[in-house]
Amino acid sequence: MTVTGKPVTGIPVMETARRPREGGRRLPLHWVGAAPFIGYVAVFLLLPTAIVVVGAFSADGGPTLANLSALNQPQLITAFTSSLVLSAVSAIVGAVLGAVFAYAVATGNPSGLLRRIVSSASGVLAQFGGVTLAFAFIATIGGNGFITLWLQAHGLDPYARGVWLYELPGLVLVYAYFQIPLMVLVFLPALDGIRPQWREATESLGGSTWHYWRYVAGPLLLPAFLGCTLLLFANSFSAYATAAALISQGDPILPIAIANLLNSETGIAQPGIGQALASEMIVIVAVVMFLYAVLQRRTTRWLR
Amino acid sequence: MGAFFLVPIGAMFEFSTRGVGEGAARTLVSWTTIVTFPDLVKAIIASLELATITSVAMLFLLLPTMIWVRLRLPRLNRIIEFLCLLPLTIPAIVLVVGLLPVYRWMAENLSDSILTLAFAYVILVLPYTYRALDAGLSAINVKTLSEAARSLGAGWGTVIWRVIAPNMSGAVLNACLLSVALVLGEFTLANILGYVNVQVEIAQLGQANAGVSIAVSVASLLFAFVLLMVLSFVGAARRSLRSKPRVRDPRLEAVWGQKA
Repeated sequence: MTVTGKPVTGIPVMETARRPREGGRRLPLHWVGAAPFIGYVAVFLLLPTAIVVVGAFSADGGPTLANLSALNQPQLITAFTSSLVLSAVSAIVGAVLGAVFAYAVATGNPSGLLRRIVSSASGVLAQFGGVTLAFAFIATIGGNGFITLWLQAHGLDPYARGVWLYELPGLVLVYAYFQIPLMVLVFLPALDGIRPQWREATESLGGSTWHYWRYVAGPLLLPAFLGCTLLLFANSFSAYATAAALISQGDPILPIAIANLLNSETGIAQPGIGQALASEMIVIVAVVMFLYAVLQRRTTRWLR
Repeated sequence: MGAFFLVPIGAMFEFSTRGVGEGAARTLVSWTTIVTFPDLVKAIIASLELATITSVAMLFLLLPTMIWVRLRLPRLNRIIEFLCLLPLTIPAIVLVVGLLPVYRWMAENLSDSILTLAFAYVILVLPYTYRALDAGLSAINVKTLSEAARSLGAGWGTVIWRVIAPNMSGAVLNACLLSVALVLGEFTLANILGYVNVQVEIAQLGQANAGVSIAVSVASLLFAFVLLMVLSFVGAARRSLRSKPRVRDPRLEAVWGQKA
C-alpha cells in the first residue's frame, strides 16, 4: 500500500493492492511449483526422445535422409523383419494360450483359490523378465539344463539339430514365459465382463453354444482379444534384456541390432543410423499402442 | 500350464546347488561363494544404492509436484499424467539411444559414477509410481488437510512431509517398493550406457561361472517376489479406499496384480 496524495479531507489516500488479473489466480507464481518436475522430465525424457527423432534425420549438422537409406542394409532389414516375426509369433502364442487359460480361470469360482493364485502369480511372472529369466531357461533346457540332461538320460536329445535355445525359436519359448501371464492379466477383466444373462438370453431364444460364441460372446470379446494381442506384440517388440542375455553374436532382432550399432565404430561415428533405427521402433510401438487404445475403447463399451 | 511356469524356477534352484562330478551331493557352494567375487559384490551394492537413491529422488520429485498440481494447477493434471505414462510407450532401448549423448556430457562435466543412472531410473519408474501415488492421493482429502495445516501456520515442507505423506503411507511405501523392484531388475540402460549394475554383472559372470550367476538370479528373484508380496498385502489392506484410476494400462496392472 502506498500513499498517493492528500485529498480535501486531509486523510492520506492509501493505494490498496490492485485486483489480480484473470479472476484472482496468480498464475505465474503457481507454475513455479510444477517447474522442477517438468524441467526434470524435459531433460531426461523429452530431450532423449527429441535427440532420437531429430538425429534420425540429421548427419554432420544438416538435415538429411541418408540415415534412413542406411537402414536398407540387408542385416538391418533382416533384424527388423525378425523382430516383427518374433513379436507376432510370441504375441499370438501368448494370446491364444493365455486366453484359454484365462477362460478356464474366469469360469471358475470368482473368489476361489485358483483364481487368487493365478492372479498374483500372473502379476509376478509378467514382470519376471530380462537376465534372470534367460538364466532360468538356460538352467532348464540349456546345454547343461535340468530338462536337457533328463531327456538325454532317457535317450532323447532336444538339440540333435543344433542348439535352438539361443536363436529365434528359443526366444519364442522364453518370451512365452512372460507373455502368457500378461495375457491372462489383461484378458481376465474382459472375460469377467461377460454377463451370465447373455448366455441365458441366447438359450432362452433357442440358441446353442455355437450360436452363443458366434453371435454374442465372440464379437464382444474380439476387440478385447485383438487389443491384448497388440499389447503383447508391443511388449515383445520392445524387449531387449532377455534376448541380450541369450544371444551373444549377430543382429537377430532390432533391439540387439541397435545395441550392437551403438557400440560399434560406425555407430559412434554416425549416431544418426542408430537413432534412425530407434525411430523405426518408436513408430511401430506408437502405431501399435494407438490401435490398442482404439480397441480398448470399443471393448469397454460392453465389457465394463 | 502351471508346470511350464514352475519348472524353470525349480531348475534354477537345482542348477545352483549342483555338486561337481557324477552323483555328487547337493551343495551350497555356488551360494556361499557369491561374496568372494568382488565385482559381483560391488555390483550388488551399487544396485542397492541406486534403488535407494531412485526411490528417494522419485518421492522428492513426484510427491510435491502431484500435491501442488492437485491443489493449485488442476489443469496440468492431464499433462503430468501423460508425461508420466510416456515411458511406457517409449521402449527402454529407444530411450537409451537418446540418453547416450546426455550421459556422455554428464560423464565429462559432472560425474561418471554409476549412481548417475538414478536420473534415468526415476524416469523409468514414473508410470508405476505415479499411479501408486495418485491412488493414495485420491483416497485422502488433500485440500482439507493442507488448508488445515496451513491455517495452523505450517510451511509447505511440513504440509507435504509431515501431514499429507503420513496419511498416504501405504501408497508411498508401494511407490518405493515398485521403484526398488524395477531398479534391481534393470539391465538395458545400465548395459548400454556402460555401467555395471547387478544384472549386467550376472550376465557377464554367467559366461564364466554359471552356477554363481544363477544363484544370484534366484536371490534377486526371491527378493523381488518378497517385495511384490509385501506390496499386495499393503494394497489389499487399502483396497476399499482406493478409487478407480482413469487410465488403464495392463502393464501397470501387471505390477499391481489386480484389476483397477
